[in-house]
Amino acid sequence: MTDLASSSRPKRPEFRNINALNDLPTYLLPPAGIVSILHRISGAILFVLMPFIIWMFDTSVSSEYSFARFASLFNAGLGSVPGWFFKLVALAIIWSYLHHFVAGMRHLLMDINHDIVTKQFGRTSALAVLTISLLLTVALGAKLFGLY
Amino acid sequence: MAVNYGSKRLATGAHYGLRDWLAQRVTATLMALFTIVLLAQVLLSKGPIGYDKWAGIFSSQWMKFITFVTIIALLYHAWIGVRDIWMDYVKPVSIRLTLQVLSIVWLVGCAGWAIQVLWRL
Repeated sequence: MTDLASSSRPKRPEFRNINALNDLPTYLLPPAGIVSILHRISGAILFVLMPFIIWMFDTSVSSEYSFARFASLFNAGLGSVPGWFFKLVALAIIWSYLHHFVAGMRHLLMDINHDIVTKQFGRTSALAVLTISLLLTVALGAKLFGLY
Repeated sequence: MAVNYGSKRLATGAHYGLRDWLAQRVTATLMALFTIVLLAQVLLSKGPIGYDKWAGIFSSQWMKFITFVTIIALLYHAWIGVRDIWMDYVKPVSIRLTLQVLSIVWLVGCAGWAIQVLWRL
């Protein structure tokens, strides 16, 4: 009758004994799934690091004296914690923001125009999100660490 | 009339959650516009950005206006997102409620701090 009931329907693969070493490396999320979970992780990172972000806003705009403190955190560090560690934290914030921003644009685009929502678009747009956000992160990260 | 409160409350159906879904998209759009406005001012300024230029961006009243709106938008947006995370992964009501309350405390405290910084500029 229906496709579901027919016996000629191709058998679905079954995984009864998943071997962590052999199977898990090939059992990957599709690009859209990777963008989706990274959207959640990047949002959580920004939520957790929110006080540090506001601290940077506070010290950078309040006065010249506090601006110098803000700058010295990334150059001289704080106590025994070196400056590059705080640059890494800043880089994590930069990546989180960029990924969340670009992946969010993809969400808005798919909410505005349902006609473009196809399996192929889901894949290509997800790859575009990963490419754009990572390239921008590399560019800003290089600037942050003074490579240019 | 069907009972729709207490233990009989209907928690599924048409439009349930639509308001938060829409709010998350509206606040996201506002924050994206703020990002573009801020980025444009940083990129259009000439020379290296020191304290004067950076603080100057936030000194105008219209910039304080949209920064304030962005902080409120962020508060609401982050609340919906974090609440979704707790609802997906934390099932026991006691732990979930505790985490949700702590999230609100965290977000309201952060928003208050950010507004305080903005107000004294």
